[in-house]
Amino acid sequence: MAEKILLWMTVNGEARSAEVFPMARLLDVIREDWGLTGTKEGCGEGECGACSVILDGVLVNACLIPAVQAQGGELLTVEGLARKGELDPLQEAFLHHGGAQCGFCTPGMLMAGTHLLAQGGPGDEAEARAGLAGNLCRCTGYNRIVDAVLAARREHP
Amino acid sequence: MRGQPSACEVHTPETLAGALAFRAGNPDWRPLAGGTDLMVPFAAGRLGDQRFLNLWGLRELKGILASEDAVLIGALASYRAIAAHPVIQARLPNLVASARATGALAIQGRGTLGGNLVNGSPAADSPPSLLVYEAEVELASVRGGRWIPYAAFHTGYRANAMAPDELLTCIRVPLPPEGGVHYFRKVGTRQAQAIAKLSLAGWALPRQGRLAEIRLALGSVAPVPVRALHAETVLRGAPLSALPLSAAREALQADIAPIDDLRSSARYRRRVAGNLLEEALAALI
Repeated sequence: MAEKILLWMTVNGEARSAEVFPMARLLDVIREDWGLTGTKEGCGEGECGACSVILDGVLVNACLIPAVQAQGGELLTVEGLARKGELDPLQEAFLHHGGAQCGFCTPGMLMAGTHLLAQGGPGDEAEARAGLAGNLCRCTGYNRIVDAVLAARREHP
Repeated sequence: MRGQPSACEVHTPETLAGALAFRAGNPDWRPLAGGTDLMVPFAAGRLGDQRFLNLWGLRELKGILASEDAVLIGALASYRAIAAHPVIQARLPNLVASARATGALAIQGRGTLGGNLVNGSPAADSPPSLLVYEAEVELASVRGGRWIPYAAFHTGYRANAMAPDELLTCIRVPLPPEGGVHYFRKVGTRQAQAIAKLSLAGWALPRQGRLAEIRLALGSVAPVPVRALHAETVLRGAPLSALPLSAAREALQADIAPIDDLRSSARYRRRVAGNLLEEALAALI
């Protein structure tokens, strides 16, 4: 039996901690220990992007990060996008353009889109598609998702 | 998840010296870099190991340093850092193409070149480019460091030349002469996230109407990434106006030993390897 570690992170701007096994997946810590169930588990092997979060400014798959490697990190999950009950511009654009169907991929798409916007992109549709290429939508609603990200860039340059 | 975090111990050294000292006494603890490869079998319960040497925090291994004649890539440099480096972009474009063909953004920001090489998948995207650029790798232990050609690193399917107490710490990529032409193509089921059915990297130096130098390497067509030395021999020195295409295609078949697996068939791989060679030559001249 391994010893647990005290994992502490800044999560959506707030300090949080959890006693977890070092090889616990960050995805499970986010969902089970912190109750932030917006982050989804799809494939659990880094293929689908449903668990995308932003860790220290880098878009990552939370299913592939052992807790021990997240120690002291700054984490942004989908719950951190809205402020005081107000959706952020990318979330508004998803609503306006019909970027969500069943909704399962939506949190990951929003995080990949947020990362793209934070990097100053996407400059064009090709960049938007490349930036979202690690996120699968099984409803295949890609066009509207791409439209939403491009609209968020146009309207909030 | 079927993996058992409760059964797993992790040691996290603060310095490279600390990591090497620990490794010397505990060679069976599996080195863990960015985790993008290892976490998959771990979570599925397919990884036998339950003790990990966590290297992720070692800043000494994250840098990329360009000198006059080479680029030194720390083992923990991410694909994203490699693809964004100005000297790599200008002089080693196949490495940029390989890095961008690896997974998708979330993998590229986390996965490391050193981790990828030690993981040893013959389908990995960067090895053909490293072979073509005649890279070297540094293996370090408490006994000291040594450099070996990357071409000698993989010794068999998922086996490598590292001693049990060594860690791969750095990849040195010599800058090829300017004026050369670079080619990289990965064939997969999809542009992002796919694991290669096969891949081919090439570099050639045309001079005075001839193919003065040519290097070719392939992934996913043998137990290890391979240099296509037979095909190179047929092509080296040939006049650009009359390259021996069919002889080169035939020679290439002796360089590769593909198998049937879930991603493709040996027959497809042999055929498409030849097609990629022709496409590369068309691009290289």
